[in-house]
Amino acid sequence: MRKILVTLKRVVDSNVRVRVKPDGSGMAVEGLKMSVNPFDEIALEEALRMRERGEAGEVLAVTIGGDECQQQLRTGLAMGADRALLVRCEGEVQPLAAAGILLEVIRREEPDIVIMGKQAIDDDCNQTGQMVATLWGRPQATFASEVKLNGDTARVIREVDAGLETLEVQLPAVITTDLRLNEPRYIKLPDIMKARSKPLETLSADDLVPAAPPALTALSYEPPAQRQKGVVVDDVPALMGMLRERGLVS
Amino acid sequence: MSAVLVVAEHDGQTLHAGVARAVSCGLAIEADRLDVAVLGQDCGGVARQAARIEGVTRVLCLDRSENAKPVAAIRAPQLAALAADGYSHVLGPSTTFGKDLMPRVAALLGVPQVSDIMSVEGDRRFKRPIYAGNAVLTVETPAEHIVVGTARLASWPVAGEDGEAAIEQAQTDVELPEHTSWLELKSAETERPDLQSASVVVSGGRALGSGENFSLLYDLADRLGAAVGASRAAVDAGYVSNDMQVGQTGKIIAPDLYFAIGISGAIQHLTGIKDAGVIVAINKDPEAPIFEVADIGLVGDLFAIVPEIQAAVEDS
Repeated sequence: MRKILVTLKRVVDSNVRVRVKPDGSGMAVEGLKMSVNPFDEIALEEALRMRERGEAGEVLAVTIGGDECQQQLRTGLAMGADRALLVRCEGEVQPLAAAGILLEVIRREEPDIVIMGKQAIDDDCNQTGQMVATLWGRPQATFASEVKLNGDTARVIREVDAGLETLEVQLPAVITTDLRLNEPRYIKLPDIMKARSKPLETLSADDLVPAAPPALTALSYEPPAQRQKGVVVDDVPALMGMLRERGLVS
Repeated sequence: MSAVLVVAEHDGQTLHAGVARAVSCGLAIEADRLDVAVLGQDCGGVARQAARIEGVTRVLCLDRSENAKPVAAIRAPQLAALAADGYSHVLGPSTTFGKDLMPRVAALLGVPQVSDIMSVEGDRRFKRPIYAGNAVLTVETPAEHIVVGTARLASWPVAGEDGEAAIEQAQTDVELPEHTSWLELKSAETERPDLQSASVVVSGGRALGSGENFSLLYDLADRLGAAVGASRAAVDAGYVSNDMQVGQTGKIIAPDLYFAIGISGAIQHLTGIKDAGVIVAINKDPEAPIFEVADIGLVGDLFAIVPEIQAAVEDS
């Protein structure tokens, strides 16, 4: 039976507005509600559906970070993952470093499919899945909106700028999720109880990858340039008048 | 000596409009030269289009049958090999093409990637948006390593088209994987301008109420020569396809004129339009956040207002 590895990243909840610290040294995230990155929830949901259809045996949820990330792994276990793995790591983990750590996890676990969110909603990098596939020397199907498994291949419909592209990749492969792949399930109370007894293993990132790869240095954070609030007009003729004045419509 | 390599996006016939924007980003690095790499099959026509972009030194064609379709796993090793041969920077457009491909190039080169470059502050220093555009981060890339990045197209102007770059055939001696097959691309059939390069965009939100009601916007867009976009809410509701989505998880655009119709203005949407020239918001809720960023707001029923705008455009 296929084994599926899903990555879950702990991020500030998508409904919370994050601001820059007044001194520009970072983002003011202390005390904010934290959640599983929404694209990663979609990744886990897809893996669970594969298992429920009998296309996969085991679903493993993995994250990298501090002990607080156990919370997101418990969420993943409550959603239905069979077991969870925390790779403990201090500080920020950039995509290339995350990919290197995940590669070592992949070598230990030997999954047939790795499903990841296409981007995390904090750094908005959209890199880690592609980097994992590359370091692993395996195919990638990014921005998936439909995945069909058939033997040792996956046929993936991808959301690209020009429309919908279909790739066929040989397994094992990395798939990253777009929004419309599925709608993640809600967690029910008994599932939370059940999740407490599921296995959650912890490893050390330093043991897996002794030397960190080159990384970007964050120099400063600033709020974005704000657009000035404009005017509210009363009717369409007033609107059209302003647009004509600016030469925007004939 | 610094040298920039820009990766061309194309469909085999036409160079993507974003390439001339990515070139502008590359030129901001003030390198000694800027080359454009065209990977494809029989892509001489695309190479000639790239050669016309001002500021381009050379266009390098990697012409081989494996490059007929844009498969990242096949193109990345060739690009990494090309880039490692004397370039200080490799840039791609921050489109789904570039987002798919460039991290693979970065990983092969063993370097981090700077996604969505919005400004160049030095040859290793760049600004990029994070948290759905709620903050701008200045990053520095590690010394002694090649810089890999994607250019946030809405931040960069289209470079001029009076260039006369030399076109050269290039070859890389790398093994290409056979684990990925490109099967098909289904494009929404449209005569309308491309959402990412249109000068006018008409977008609709959940308030449109149905996919059928989007015909109101299509009619207006056709009258204005505009592209049609949508908020994530409208996409999630199934009114329109995802390739029309504007925002953090969709397309980032910068038209001269943007109509936000029935769009409340969630931060995730605003991040996709904040570089637009003039934003017009039409919404029945006067408290909608879209009015905080709109240049011109009109409070009222979109089903009455949109036909009225269309009539006004037709009259002129």
